[in-house]
Amino acid sequence: MKLPISDPMTPEPYIVKQFIRETHDTFSLDLFPKNISDSIAFQPGQFTMLYAFGVGEVPISISGPAPMQSGLIQTIRKVGKVTEALDQLKNGDTVGLRGPFGSAWPISAMKKRDIVVMAGGIGLAPLRPALYALFDQRDNFGEIALLYGARSPKDLIFTNEFKTWQEKFGIQVKVTVDTADSDWRGNVGVVTTSIPRVDFDPKNTVAMICGPEIMMKYSVAELKQLGVKEDRIHITMERNMKCAIGFCGHCQFGPAFICKDGPIFQYNQVKHFFGIREI
Amino acid sequence: MIIDREGLDQLISVLIGMGFQVVGPTVRDEAIVYENLNSINDLPEGWADEQEGGTYRLKRRSDKALFGYVVGPHSWKKFLHPPERRLFRANLKGGDFEIIPEKLEEPKFAFLGVRSCELHAIAIQDKVFLGGEHVDSTYKIRRENAFFIAVQCGQSAATCFCTSMNTGPRTESGFDLALTEILDNEHHHFIVEVGSDQGNAVMEKILHRQATGEDVMEAKKLTEEVAAKMKRTLDTTNIKELLYENLEHPQWNDIADRCMSCANCTMVCPTCFCSTVEDVTDITGDHAERWQKWDSCFTMDFTHIHGGEVRASTKSRYRQWLTHKLASWQDQFDSSGCVGCGRCITWCPVAIDLTEEIPKIRDSENQITHPGNEARHEIP
Amino acid sequence: MKSLESILANHPFFENLESKYMALVTGCASNVRFEAGQFIHRQNDEANSFYLIRQGKVALEVCPPGKKPVTVQTVTDGEILGWAWLVPPYLCQFDAQAVELTRAIVLDGKCLRTKCGEDHTLGYELLSRLLPIIGKSMEATRMQLLDVYGNND
Repeated sequence: MKLPISDPMTPEPYIVKQFIRETHDTFSLDLFPKNISDSIAFQPGQFTMLYAFGVGEVPISISGPAPMQSGLIQTIRKVGKVTEALDQLKNGDTVGLRGPFGSAWPISAMKKRDIVVMAGGIGLAPLRPALYALFDQRDNFGEIALLYGARSPKDLIFTNEFKTWQEKFGIQVKVTVDTADSDWRGNVGVVTTSIPRVDFDPKNTVAMICGPEIMMKYSVAELKQLGVKEDRIHITMERNMKCAIGFCGHCQFGPAFICKDGPIFQYNQVKHFFGIREI
Repeated sequence: MIIDREGLDQLISVLIGMGFQVVGPTVRDEAIVYENLNSINDLPEGWADEQEGGTYRLKRRSDKALFGYVVGPHSWKKFLHPPERRLFRANLKGGDFEIIPEKLEEPKFAFLGVRSCELHAIAIQDKVFLGGEHVDSTYKIRRENAFFIAVQCGQSAATCFCTSMNTGPRTESGFDLALTEILDNEHHHFIVEVGSDQGNAVMEKILHRQATGEDVMEAKKLTEEVAAKMKRTLDTTNIKELLYENLEHPQWNDIADRCMSCANCTMVCPTCFCSTVEDVTDITGDHAERWQKWDSCFTMDFTHIHGGEVRASTKSRYRQWLTHKLASWQDQFDSSGCVGCGRCITWCPVAIDLTEEIPKIRDSENQITHPGNEARHEIP
Repeated sequence: MKSLESILANHPFFENLESKYMALVTGCASNVRFEAGQFIHRQNDEANSFYLIRQGKVALEVCPPGKKPVTVQTVTDGEILGWAWLVPPYLCQFDAQAVELTRAIVLDGKCLRTKCGEDHTLGYELLSRLLPIIGKSMEATRMQLLDVYGNND
């Protein structure tokens, strides 16, 4: 089902059913459409444009449905005036929403393969629905490894779900942070250091990576060195976005419009431009 | 068909009578711009435009030509893709708010004096706004309602290079009517080609006579002469690969030393389509509006993401503009983004000329080695 | 119980090491075990040991005055701890603390570097295995410095 969009530039009202505090600067909104009774359809990896009344609009990845949260979940980090306004929302408030937009993780093309999921910071948000899609048909995939890196322990999101993911769905989870004080019993180091710590067969592996460009660059390099094929590595790109439908021109990255050709790309499709300064 | 000056005047009034807003060339602020027309008296009679890099000057002609100029700073995109429009309004109601969608206006434009390069530019914007999964409804309605009266070019400017881009000077399609202005022997008339049923229906209402084979030949000869005399050229052979492989070419630095990042080229370009949005609230804070406005890839905040601007340098912004126009546009819309109208050359305050810059990259390409950079040569 | 030599041969660091060198290395090796919370070495200790972690986790910490100790890296199963034993002034750069029960093989660094000095082929072999790890850790440090997940503003 596609959400009925009368005009692709006009938001639909959504109700905040639940405001979920994730970390000191990150929160999730559990949203329901105000006017539409249908269920919300989206592909893992897609995003929406969220509108805060009078302030503006921002692209936000869809991070669920997830257990205990039944609507459309959007996980947001407070980094600017729109996200700060969204942070002020309370249960029952209204937001404007357009979408979902953009490309999705190609889950159905991953059958029978080992899956390496690499997330940096809030990059875990658009990967969570991908993980749940993998869990839905767990037997269709080989090893699944989640390698998750963040700045510090207090920046980690969705940590209360990791145990279930490991125990119920048999996936390997390696969490690492860039820096921690001595209270932290987990791993310290960049996310790529977790790659050799999990089991997967590089020759038969599909990778999904979402995080800052530099983190993705190093991750791709490591995976390639191990023998993961370029066309099986999927990355997400971020650029300024105003319209989300290919009209405003802001999100161009080489020949791609990140809003409609991305945000998820097969690495070999964008590698010519990936890492070029100010592209 | 042939009409004379009175016939042209009649054409304008017939179109107005049919409910069209007739827009076309007129002189304002020492330039020929596109505005509302009421009669042929509004047309730039006897004016020519002298153009060079960084130069635009109106000059008197010795005759009474109505279309004796080339192209000015305006293009038709300002009517089809308005410089600003409201997207929606929103009203606060307690803790809640409601979104009030914008009612679609349905203006009917008749464009008089559309050049071949401009028709191609509109066809290119069609792909942007109508060719994808989503459709820009404002553009769509304006585009579908529009009546196109092309004018075959009787002269080119020094900045024109449409022959290189295969967009002119003669237009063969995409119009309702196309006029060739003939000034010979003091008998000022227009040879009319009809390009659509609607064009035919309009012509029925206007005093005209049939054109002879000789007239048609004369009209063709005129544009052939314009084509033959056009001096500026751009070699577009493998231009996409050329630019994709030279994203770090030193010439970009050279251009950046001159470019003022003023955005003129993007504003005058008939295909540039970028826009931004602005949110405004009234003083009570209870009423909000969201507006779409033309934007330019030369502005600093165009690429803002949290933490900073992706394209902070002038070099990267010029590179983006030109590479988009000539290379990535091909990947995105299956055509070049340039129609060779020369506006970006004329209206650049420092006369940066893409037809000079591209050869500098092309000529030096073979001299430049990319040690250890072979991976970059794989073009998607 | 597995022999020391087979444990060493199965550790990724010594993968495919020529057997004569394997024997030589085994000569400098012994099993060792650290309880959670136990310090393996302190900053500025003489670096006489080279640890190959079999199982567990060790944190490399620095402790700025007046602040809580900061962990800059953790090493775990199949990884190594320490390369200061190979380069002068042979001093440990960090505090190393086991954060969980950790089993490791310890190699006598003094003995090893003497052997490397006598047999440059062995020296080259060990350096070829250490350098990528040192390079990676420098790369990682740069990435940590970049604070890629930070706000940048």
